[in-house]
Amino acid sequence: MGNLSLNKVCKSFGQVDVIRDVDLEVKDGEFCVFVGPSGCGKSTLLRMIAGLEDITSGDVCIDGSVVNTVPPSKREIAMVFQSYALYPHLNVRDNMGLGLKQAGQPRAEIAEKVDRAAKMLDLEKYLTRRPGELSGGQRQRVAIGRAIVRKPKLFLFDEPLSNLDAALRVQTRIEIANLHRELGATMIYVTHDQVEAMTLADRIVVLRDGRIEQVGAPMELYNNPANEFVAGFIGSPKMNFLNAPALSQPGRSLGIRPEHLTLSRDGGLIEGRVSHVEHLGGETLIYLRAEPHGLITVRLFGEHAASVDDRAFVTPDMARAFHFGDDGLRLAA
Amino acid sequence: MSARANILRSSAAHAILIAYTILALYPVFLIVINSMKSRRAIFNDPLALPTRETFDLVGFHTVLEQGNFLLYFQNSLIVTVASLFFALLFGAMAAFALAEYRFRGNLLMGLYLALGIMIPIRLGTVAILEMMVAANLVNTHWALILVYTANGLPLAVFILSEFMRQVSDDLKNAARIDGLSEYRIFFTIALPLVRPALATVAVFTMIPIWNDLWFPLILAPGEGTKTLTLGSQIFLGQYVTNWNAVLAALTLAIFPVVVLYLIFSRQLIRGITRGAVK
Repeated sequence: MGNLSLNKVCKSFGQVDVIRDVDLEVKDGEFCVFVGPSGCGKSTLLRMIAGLEDITSGDVCIDGSVVNTVPPSKREIAMVFQSYALYPHLNVRDNMGLGLKQAGQPRAEIAEKVDRAAKMLDLEKYLTRRPGELSGGQRQRVAIGRAIVRKPKLFLFDEPLSNLDAALRVQTRIEIANLHRELGATMIYVTHDQVEAMTLADRIVVLRDGRIEQVGAPMELYNNPANEFVAGFIGSPKMNFLNAPALSQPGRSLGIRPEHLTLSRDGGLIEGRVSHVEHLGGETLIYLRAEPHGLITVRLFGEHAASVDDRAFVTPDMARAFHFGDDGLRLAA
Repeated sequence: MSARANILRSSAAHAILIAYTILALYPVFLIVINSMKSRRAIFNDPLALPTRETFDLVGFHTVLEQGNFLLYFQNSLIVTVASLFFALLFGAMAAFALAEYRFRGNLLMGLYLALGIMIPIRLGTVAILEMMVAANLVNTHWALILVYTANGLPLAVFILSEFMRQVSDDLKNAARIDGLSEYRIFFTIALPLVRPALATVAVFTMIPIWNDLWFPLILAPGEGTKTLTLGSQIFLGQYVTNWNAVLAALTLAIFPVVVLYLIFSRQLIRGITRGAVK
């Protein structure tokens, strides 16, 4: 079991409120991702769940019991840190086994659990090495292994991929997804990278300034964002926000994703000039400057020729457009 | 062109450093060579190396036979090592608490603990003596150990808290999740990671303690607790000074410091340069 529920959780450092009235239910076996810009409080929230930060008010419950004052080691959680946080003076085996040793488990049992986790993560060859002798990816796998051996109710990941290079990040991302399928455990994952959030999550929690902006499945957030912030945060490249009054549309801005715009040389709704082109092979991103909308990103699939200063027209697919009011909220369709 | 300028620059730097090394080591060198010469040779030509005629170990004989030299040596060692141990232990603990825990008055407490760097402890000699008399600690090792520990703490807290702040929070948090107590986090995680800083503080704390004459003279002048520095004074008379013995005693007194320094020096260099290159 691994149900987590947060009831009206708040956190302040002195006068500054970092987490404000967060309510959230995470079901057993769910992969839940906290995402948001830096400083939005997502890591703080994770630390509060782990018991590493005090809770100013509200309750954190794991499997129905309030754990506000339970020390981290007694919450049956495991955490993977961005900086790996491996004990530099212990070898891989002892790093992974320390928590169990501390809990007083018999040595043979610890060895067996460590071996099993090491096999799962392809670390068997490195068990006698120290963290200093491992590469970044291996260190992160050891950190994940340290979490696995504890058989926790909750796995907490604090930006575990941020220190890895791009290729390794994709690979480790897939490994984490596989791990979740294999273990079926509840996982809470913090990231500022919306691609990680989209690819890993069953459910995404978008945070801003210590508040939950929207909770939902990745495609729900993509297809049905509640407000301008979520619309702009989810999806890559970022959604365009056009000047709605200039297009005689309701609301303040018209949100349209770069993939839902069509480009034409001959005519269309908005006229602009190409200011930059990015050829990625599989797709081409064309940046168009059009007043009064500013820079518009157009995403075209395949290869397209275009050069800077060309005149071009774009037309939004109105069926995929979102209207946002002055307060940033979606207008009812 | 630039390569030549580089050689010039580095040889100039080396020349300055070598000159400074000679300047710093020459007095020590003089003590060592003169300790092995006869009394007459010391006065006739103090800068000369001992020759076959002038070589004489009478100073060492006097020191080892007359004074209770081995006992003094042992006293110095006990006092220095114990003071060092307590100053480092309590200093590191205070530094850990200041760096790790958020509590009201944290900054003030840090400043208060560091205040001692600016106030010479000798100003309080009379009060310290009164306290030691009241506590019945005069002429014990503890009198000196307590004073030196107190004296060493401010610098230790000041330097170590800076280094303790650099110990990764994630690492400490990982240990908390693994169920380690705060004491074990301190001893098994934080302390090994600040080892270079510990060595730096150890050297700076150790040398003044080893060389101190003031507090042994006032708090522990008894025959049983005399330290080496104080013990050597018996050879310095008002009218006659046994230079052979004084120089021999000083020569012997140099060695433990050199040995301790060698133990700490590798860590010391890392402590000084850390942060500069990384």
